[in-house]
Amino acid sequence: MNKLLAEEIYYLMVLGRKFEFSAKEHYMKGDISGFLHLDIGQEALSVSAMKAFDRGDVFSGYRVHVMAIARGLSPKSVMAELFGKATGVSRGKGGSMHLYDPSHFFYGGDAIVGGHLPNAVGCAYARKYQGSEEGVMAIFGDGATNCGAFFESLNIASAQNLPLLFLCENNGYAIGTKITSVTPFLKQSKKAEPYMRTMEVDGMDAVAVYDALKEAQKSLHDGHGPIFVEAFTCRYEGHSMSDPGSYRTQLEMQICKSQDPIDRMKKVLIEQYQVDTASLETLEDRAERAVEEAVDFALASPEPDEAELYQNIFCQGCANVIS
Amino acid sequence: MLYREALNRAIDETMAIDSNIVVLGEDIGRYGGSYRVTEGLFAKYGEKRLMDTPIAEMSIVGNAIGMAIGGLRPIAELMTVNFALLAFDQIINHMAKLHYMSAGKITLPMVVRFPQGVSKQLASQHSESYEQMLASVPGLIVLAVSDVNYAYHALKKAILMDDPVIVIEHELLYNKKGNVDFDRDIDPLKARIVKEGDDITIVSYLKMVDDVMEAVPQIEEKLGKQCEVIDLCALNPIDYQTLALSLKKTGRLVVVEEDHKKGGFGSQVISWAVEELFYTLDASPLRIAGEDVPIPYNRKLELASIPTPDKIVARIVTWGEQNGL
Repeated sequence: MNKLLAEEIYYLMVLGRKFEFSAKEHYMKGDISGFLHLDIGQEALSVSAMKAFDRGDVFSGYRVHVMAIARGLSPKSVMAELFGKATGVSRGKGGSMHLYDPSHFFYGGDAIVGGHLPNAVGCAYARKYQGSEEGVMAIFGDGATNCGAFFESLNIASAQNLPLLFLCENNGYAIGTKITSVTPFLKQSKKAEPYMRTMEVDGMDAVAVYDALKEAQKSLHDGHGPIFVEAFTCRYEGHSMSDPGSYRTQLEMQICKSQDPIDRMKKVLIEQYQVDTASLETLEDRAERAVEEAVDFALASPEPDEAELYQNIFCQGCANVIS
Repeated sequence: MLYREALNRAIDETMAIDSNIVVLGEDIGRYGGSYRVTEGLFAKYGEKRLMDTPIAEMSIVGNAIGMAIGGLRPIAELMTVNFALLAFDQIINHMAKLHYMSAGKITLPMVVRFPQGVSKQLASQHSESYEQMLASVPGLIVLAVSDVNYAYHALKKAILMDDPVIVIEHELLYNKKGNVDFDRDIDPLKARIVKEGDDITIVSYLKMVDDVMEAVPQIEEKLGKQCEVIDLCALNPIDYQTLALSLKKTGRLVVVEEDHKKGGFGSQVISWAVEELFYTLDASPLRIAGEDVPIPYNRKLELASIPTPDKIVARIVTWGEQNGL
């Protein structure tokens, strides 16, 4: 990766973390409600995945605020959606878990664990049918690798030789259940091995994630069919705001945080790309401002009009038929 | 033309004009479809446009949703609604909701078709009717196909619509004969007046329309009154306008449905009529529905579990006499 991209990845990771801390603060204040799944600790994965898989379609689960922003959705429209405002990505009807933007080929937030995987398979089928070179990336947690939709998707993607990248974010926990207490594998790629090529990567290392996904993307473009990448990562916060995360020991968290992806990327910028402290501070300030602007925008934005309730149940053409 | 041929023709004609239309499901390609609805299409359009899937209903519907997101117009076939239950997460949580939750950014031009209902001694895991669950989900257009002409036109329209559509067929109707008027377009969301009459409005859909029509001559003879028979066609949205016009004329409402009575679809029609047209009604509405039991295997018990023409006659005549007809 070149220096410009490395700086951008660092900027987005810092922005992502500041964004999430700000979301947390506004959740505590009551500006944001419902479920809020924070990405703190997993920024290397969320940002580098979007930057590496720069073309093609992305399907993801929840915990997608940082991914959405790294994909190109504005922090303002994402924050406004968390606030449930009319200016939000989904005009306040989706919330934190449902951030979609087809103009960025981002079919983000699905809140049914594993439920988006068959959709990603179908989209990959469409892309292959259309002769498109771009593949599809499906992102999911380790918890999703135990549900039926996951195995059905591995099977069909493999049988149809679809250009589909399965990216597993293995943070070791399905909400509060340690993954090894519900599955015999520490590495979930074991489950994909019979169907396709698998890769592993340190999900706390933004450069490694980027390189691994570039390699996987090339494999899709070269027509080798689906590929499975498992990234080992760590979420610092609970599963959502309602989870204090007390099932993890202090030692475990200490080890986790010693691998902090932002600190590591900062080190890369300084040592490999000779970025000076002043430039880093500029990037950090810019990220800070972007978050402040997003919050100001969300606070100032109006609530959805009540008429919004009945909008988009059916699409425009059909609504006419019905009335 | 047979009902299944009308469905086949609707798919064939739309596939011929739009290469984005693809079909997926179990046995729909090389095999020609469990009910022969896709017969001949594999030879004509090839394996890219007719995707034989594994027996994995969640994926059949889930993949169709992804195809629609990717710009195709998929038609997913499920072997029966009983198997569609495996796909209910995809149908309800994804197919019905993505357009709304994305504030209209995602549209899903797709059709999911399957038969339902009692065929002959297939037992409960192959014989149930679940339209009441689907028709209550906001975001799904639900069509119930009873008639050959409607089958052709409604499926064709459904395929070309930009919204997700559930097309419910009936196991016993695939070989039903009928004529298709190719020149006259229909609105698939409009109820069909099968027979006009002044005294009793009988609302039904799917195969029960045929059973009602078989019962009507005896009902009319015994009561000396005229029945108006309405095939609802669309279960979501419901064409209340056509129902209201009929009820204002007859003042009497009967609903005949094959699904279980408790929470069955007809309860929606009756609760609407009571709420909206109470003072138009001259008699308490009558509901004839399936019993609240899993459909049994034994033929005698099976027939005892659902309405039949004889039972329809007996129930309506008794009700008519009790209500001064």
